[in-house]
Amino acid sequence: MLNPSIISGKIDFDRIRADFPLLQREMNGKPLVFLDSAASSQKPRQVLDALQHYYTHLNANVHRGVYKLSQEATDAFESGRRAAARFINAGSEREVIFVRGTSEGINLVASSFGRKFFKPGAEILITGMEHHSNIVPWQLACEQTGAVLKVVPVTDSGEIEIDVFENMLSDRTALVAAVHVSNALGTVNPVEEMIRLAHARAIPVLIDGAQAVPHMRVDVQALDADFYVFSAHKMLGPTGFGILYGKEKWLEQMPPYQGGGEMIKTVTFEKTTYNELPFKFEAGTPDISGAIGLEAAINYMEKIGLDNIQAREHELLQYGLDQLSGIDGIRFYGAAKQKASVISFLLDGVHPFDLGTLLDKMGIAVRTGHHCTQPLMARFGIPGTVRASLALYNSTEDLDQLAAGVIRAGNMLR
Amino acid sequence: MSVQDIQEEIISEFSFFGDWMEKYEYIIDLGKNLPIIDVQYKDEDHLIKGCQSQVWLQAELKGDEVQFTADSDAIITKGIIALLIRVLSGQSPKDIAEADLYFIDQIGLREHLSPTRSNGLLSMVKQMKIYGLALQQVKS
Repeated sequence: MLNPSIISGKIDFDRIRADFPLLQREMNGKPLVFLDSAASSQKPRQVLDALQHYYTHLNANVHRGVYKLSQEATDAFESGRRAAARFINAGSEREVIFVRGTSEGINLVASSFGRKFFKPGAEILITGMEHHSNIVPWQLACEQTGAVLKVVPVTDSGEIEIDVFENMLSDRTALVAAVHVSNALGTVNPVEEMIRLAHARAIPVLIDGAQAVPHMRVDVQALDADFYVFSAHKMLGPTGFGILYGKEKWLEQMPPYQGGGEMIKTVTFEKTTYNELPFKFEAGTPDISGAIGLEAAINYMEKIGLDNIQAREHELLQYGLDQLSGIDGIRFYGAAKQKASVISFLLDGVHPFDLGTLLDKMGIAVRTGHHCTQPLMARFGIPGTVRASLALYNSTEDLDQLAAGVIRAGNMLR
Repeated sequence: MSVQDIQEEIISEFSFFGDWMEKYEYIIDLGKNLPIIDVQYKDEDHLIKGCQSQVWLQAELKGDEVQFTADSDAIITKGIIALLIRVLSGQSPKDIAEADLYFIDQIGLREHLSPTRSNGLLSMVKQMKIYGLALQQVKS
């Protein structure tokens, strides 16, 4: 067994854990072992303090008032946009649209880009491991425009084959929409290569980065992604907030998604002109605290270093797989060569719901079920899996508890 | 025995369990021993879809009593089904429709019948009561 307090590089991850007040809680009388960060991460004190500070000292509507308080709120809000642009290395803040989360970002593109560019018979290419959020918006767009959805198959190891992907690109392909890191399997897709191949045919690409940004450095310009979408709440930030990055050349051509205040330049009953980017896509009063909380989360992660986080989580993933792999009848789903922070598994003869219920009684929070990827579960012929997902604040002790819990629950259920 | 008497009996049985493990071991045992539903009823018409686990439920009027049989793909869900069937099966349609199932709360299993759990159990209880209502009308 490894030393339980692994220290990656110079970062003391035991002290980082202490920044997360919620992890001190007990659950069902046991210390909480939180292994569901892929659903939503916990928040460090620094993010909580930033939210508290906003509502205590800065609260006012943004982009409106001539008074100083509104100006201060606007500065703090727009500072969040600069932080987000820096975090993913966007070319300009004009390309950073504030949305409610990954789902809304994808819906925005499907609706607005779809209305403009999808023609009957056009193809939208997704992979077989997409979250429902990156399936259903495209199905809606297909219904409205006559476009059709095509799906790149997933292999037994939970990967896509790049030559299969390449062969599915055609003159009819209007857009590729693919997940960067699979929430159900942890597979890291070769998105850079996928984007290069799509661009060789002048096909734009949207990447669902919800499960990537919490765990690795993402550079949208290096990837050359046309759209990149992610949520704040999965990367230590507040819920209800997210980012849609889009290349200016696309965003300029796209019609607005929703109408309201903020997104307009002038309104008459005859004709309305729209505000410039990014505000054209931000109707109504935005989630001001969301932007401020996201900046605090970004600052927190950047201080630790995305590379350090990635290395730490890789160690934990490997440790967890080692601890679990000896358990009788365990089967892992997702054996990609490039894999991040997700352990998805089943025990022979045990329903994932039963296993999750008993782990909960032991204070261990995991996700059970289809993980909003029903087509992927159908492809593996299973109702769902048990998923333990990791974040930078997890420890080897958490994974020891998980392994012991799975053994104990397995003995009760079989 | 009345709906209330059976509930009191179950509450009394559960009071002997020292911790959650004993309780769940018992529920799992009940699940393993639940009489299997006739395979002809394990179809779409009798399926109550939950997000996490699935439940099949079949009801039949025998004289004045409703007989329930049920199944689930998850064993803990099945164990709780066994308890629900013990309380409601063999009761009159009227008593089923009007039953207040307080025992679930009392034995600490309320979480399993919460709408967020989506294991099919809450829908199953509703379905049992709908059968109670419908079979009352058949009788009258």
